[in-house]
Amino acid sequence: MTAKEATITGTNGGSAPLAAVTPAARTALDFGNAWSYAPAPEATDHVRIQPRYELFIGGKWVAPQSGKYFDTTSPSTEQKLAEVAEADERDVDLAVKAARSGYEKYWSKLAPIERGKYVYRIARVMQEKARELSIVETMDGGKPIKESRDIDLPLAAAHFFYYAGWADKLAYAFPGQNPRPLGVAGQVIPWNFPLLMAAWKLAPALAAGNTCVLKPAETTPLSALMLAKIIEECDLPPGVVNIVTGAGATGAAVVGHPGVDKVAFTGSTDVGKRIQKALAGTNKKLTLELGGKAANIVFADAPLDQVVEGVISGIFFNQGHVCCAGSRLLVEESAFEVLLRKLKDRMATLRVGDPLDKNTDVGAINSKMQLDKIRQLVESGEQEGAERFSAPCTLPERGYWFAPTLFTGVSQSHRIAREEIFGPVLSVMTFRTPDEAIEKANNTMYGLSAGVWTDKGSKSFWVAQRLRAGVVWANTYNKFDPSSPFGGYKESGFGREGGRQGLLAYLEVD
Amino acid sequence: MARTKDKNGGASDAGQREEAAAAAFEAPARVGVRKAYKMLVGGQFIRSESGRYRQVSDPMSLGGTKENVPWASRKDVRDAVVVARGAWEGWSGRTAYNRGQILYRLAEMLEARQGELSRALERGGLDAERAAAEVAATIDRTVAFAGWTDKYQSLFASYNPVAGPHFNFTVPEPMGVVGVVAPARPALLGLMGAILPIIASGNVVVALASEADPRTACVLGEALATSDLPGGVINVLTGPAAELLPHLAKHMDVAALDLHGLEPGLLRKAEEAAVGSVKRVRARSLDEAAWMDAAGATSPRWIERFVELKTVWHPAGI
Amino acid sequence: MALGSNGNGAPSAPGAISTRPDFTAPTVDKVMVEERAAALGKRSIKKEAKVAGLRLSIAMMDLTTLEGKDSPGKVRQMCQKARRPDASPDIPPVAAVCVYPTLVSVAKSALEGSTVKVASVATAFPAGLSALSVKLDDVRRAVEWGADEIDMVIDRGAMLAGEHDKIYDEIAAVKEACGKAHLKVILETGELGTYDRVRKASQIAMLAGADFIKTSTGKIQPAATPAVTLVMLEAIRDFYYATGRRIGMKPAGGIRTAKQALHYLVIVKETLGDAWLTPDLFRFGASTLLNDVLMQLEKERTGAYQSGDYFSKD
Repeated sequence: MTAKEATITGTNGGSAPLAAVTPAARTALDFGNAWSYAPAPEATDHVRIQPRYELFIGGKWVAPQSGKYFDTTSPSTEQKLAEVAEADERDVDLAVKAARSGYEKYWSKLAPIERGKYVYRIARVMQEKARELSIVETMDGGKPIKESRDIDLPLAAAHFFYYAGWADKLAYAFPGQNPRPLGVAGQVIPWNFPLLMAAWKLAPALAAGNTCVLKPAETTPLSALMLAKIIEECDLPPGVVNIVTGAGATGAAVVGHPGVDKVAFTGSTDVGKRIQKALAGTNKKLTLELGGKAANIVFADAPLDQVVEGVISGIFFNQGHVCCAGSRLLVEESAFEVLLRKLKDRMATLRVGDPLDKNTDVGAINSKMQLDKIRQLVESGEQEGAERFSAPCTLPERGYWFAPTLFTGVSQSHRIAREEIFGPVLSVMTFRTPDEAIEKANNTMYGLSAGVWTDKGSKSFWVAQRLRAGVVWANTYNKFDPSSPFGGYKESGFGREGGRQGLLAYLEVD
Repeated sequence: MARTKDKNGGASDAGQREEAAAAAFEAPARVGVRKAYKMLVGGQFIRSESGRYRQVSDPMSLGGTKENVPWASRKDVRDAVVVARGAWEGWSGRTAYNRGQILYRLAEMLEARQGELSRALERGGLDAERAAAEVAATIDRTVAFAGWTDKYQSLFASYNPVAGPHFNFTVPEPMGVVGVVAPARPALLGLMGAILPIIASGNVVVALASEADPRTACVLGEALATSDLPGGVINVLTGPAAELLPHLAKHMDVAALDLHGLEPGLLRKAEEAAVGSVKRVRARSLDEAAWMDAAGATSPRWIERFVELKTVWHPAGI
Repeated sequence: MALGSNGNGAPSAPGAISTRPDFTAPTVDKVMVEERAAALGKRSIKKEAKVAGLRLSIAMMDLTTLEGKDSPGKVRQMCQKARRPDASPDIPPVAAVCVYPTLVSVAKSALEGSTVKVASVATAFPAGLSALSVKLDDVRRAVEWGADEIDMVIDRGAMLAGEHDKIYDEIAAVKEACGKAHLKVILETGELGTYDRVRKASQIAMLAGADFIKTSTGKIQPAATPAVTLVMLEAIRDFYYATGRRIGMKPAGGIRTAKQALHYLVIVKETLGDAWLTPDLFRFGASTLLNDVLMQLEKERTGAYQSGDYFSKD
């Protein structure tokens, strides 16, 4: 064999002598366009978005006291979708009063099984309208239609279905403790899972006998407003659910209103702290579901090809806009090279683009503001010396986009290892012993979730026992179920959503 | 309308009565299609393999129309158990959520048939008000147990803090085929109220319906068949409990029995027969008020009686 | 005892005592691999992508008849369909036909002048439970009679008993008996019980010299599934990275619809990339699939849903 015959042409067209080239470089997979998928847009002609939405208060659609409206736009096209009412303190006051009235006149007087049947109705109609809701969710928030259709909607309906069934069983859920509702719940939810978060808040609150004032995020109000229409169609008594749209000021008004007995908030740790402070000295009950910086721990004995799916899903699902995202990868050093190669191959098959295309895997970043935050933190990663790899992809011109990215050479002190990026950016670090993995995983002010990957059952349990996180996923990631309690340790918040335990947030018990 | 004459060609007293009776018959403008009542087994409607039937009267109809319901034999019991066993793996293998959805759908079907079920109960001897109340209670009972399928676990299962480095947890699991003898009254609520908690956890049922009102069980079967319940999960036989129960109780492939309102002699026979495969047996005699009491009758204890508890140990270590 | 290869696929030096390579293979998580395989089935393949994919799937087909009642007449008819599935010049011939050994020469002459290859099952297909000498003779005769490709079966009982060396040696011996014919190794995944074992069997087969690894004989259920195919493709991927050699893959049995065929192509594309989207590295073992693909292509062309009456049943 001559030297010429021994040379290998790399995929970039260059060549190098055989001996000098490592196997990984001479063999490479080409995820190119030999067979490309044609555009597969979801049909949207059956979906009707109103040009303008009012507030839903006391079972009626009412104009905001200020007469002000704000636009909600699609982050993938930057086009305006609708005008939405801006609720100020007066509107919030009306809503809380309507909720109080709904509680006193109707909701607290119903036999529990009847309350349950109302909530079952909501679940059923959500299932009937699931396609329309998922399309609107995708247009308003930017997440791929594949996710809103297959994950957000079924889970949201399932939450209503699950909690409907608890309504008449509270005495069994908390035997001897005389469970009773708190009254009016003020609920503020984020933009990453707009409809699902509405379900997580409303379903247990209603089942437990409370009435609600819900404020959706200002960039994603539409699915909550469509849910209000569904609630209206289900003939729930007026005032049981009220939706007030607006931004931070509206949320503060809800949280601060003296007529609210219970506050539930999901969002950033910063805002959560402000709310906790605002409620200090009041008698209001509070639950918080805040940020995270979850570690995904991978041992060398894990089924690595499936680990890749879990890691990818952990950080790129929903563009990384997930409080429990696996944003740190802690991989056992001996498996680092192989896992990294597999991750990069897998990232090459991620499709970033039009969220309404059924083949899109990673959609748009929710807002310009969020995109700027992500860019800023990624820049810090590069400045602090970590090595960046971004999946090769062409991003559309209009809209807010960020290519799935991972950083290697990250250390615990880097900003990208400590701060929540809330975007499709993975920070990769190595460890050598299980103790080191645990230490690094727990070395954060957050404590929402974590992952552990190993083929050895006893190691799974041992690690799970030592992780200071409210949700531990072993050999899986991003699994949710209405029957499974979800919530954080430390600065990721307190209180649980889901399961029997999730009812406690909305009940007074002896 | 024919006029009768006696053999003398003139009208007589008997002749006048005949005449009057003949005059009273009026052929209806539209002849009704009368239902053939059948038993629901394996998602199909069948008659007894023995060909036996029992006549039930319809006090609400003019002249007391007679209707026939199948009268099951021990071979029907045998066949129903085979069918139920065949349905068990699929039913217990579904997610709890899915079972809940199916039971809720059943409630939707019952709600749609409220009128028909009420009428069936009335023909079985109830007054209209009681019949309607029983049907409404049955529908709400179905909704209540639809809601239990994915919740009783959080009450019965546990993580056990054993002294040692082991992860230890207890989970409830369904038993298999459960034989049910429904109470005589309430004929509908008693039958469904017994069956629902048993199937909520993934068991399958062969039930002997009330002998006082077997027709209602057949009408119920029609609602069951149009829900999403897989065939074989609920099988309802109409027949003589005294004759059939011993065979059900002896059957080696039946895991448990839920017996309602049995007279002591029959109960004892059944409990003795159950010994052969160490069946779990529950026997009760509740009055109608107890059946109608939702809070008591939807207690998860009803479910707990028909689940097994499995405890798993696993070390936690590196 | 056949000469083996060492762990990275290079042949041992001549004269060296043959040692079997390291058969270590990673474990597979069943829940997650099935989820991933199912998720790949959600890709929406439309219009020109669908047409291209369907045409490719025809070019990848091994049109198969493996029945006790096969006769020369039956095989000749199937070969006609194989070399010209449809009157349209846009529809390519299939990759190969797959028959029992005694029908190889019939197929060979019926396919003369076409590009369609003749694959023969051998090694006492489908059970494989005959003496090694009989199985090797089966292979040699099939090759003598003209087979371009040999589809062998592994001894599943030995695999379940953990006799990996035996499996390896038999495959290596069959490879030698194949001569120039290329070798597909059928794992009969439906009998192996776990994905871990499928992964291990894939590894052994590739190290022993398989040109293709194949899921099933098509004689038992379950035959090919998207998940087991994904497991085998992942094994092929790791092998490629370790040795630079590209091994082909063939799911066989139970693939009846165009939709399923496209699902498999998506799995290949997103696991191994462009290089494997060719009949040289991927085949479908199928019989009724061809007509469903032709029907779908016709539907794309005319916009009308099709009837089986309009497509020849050979």
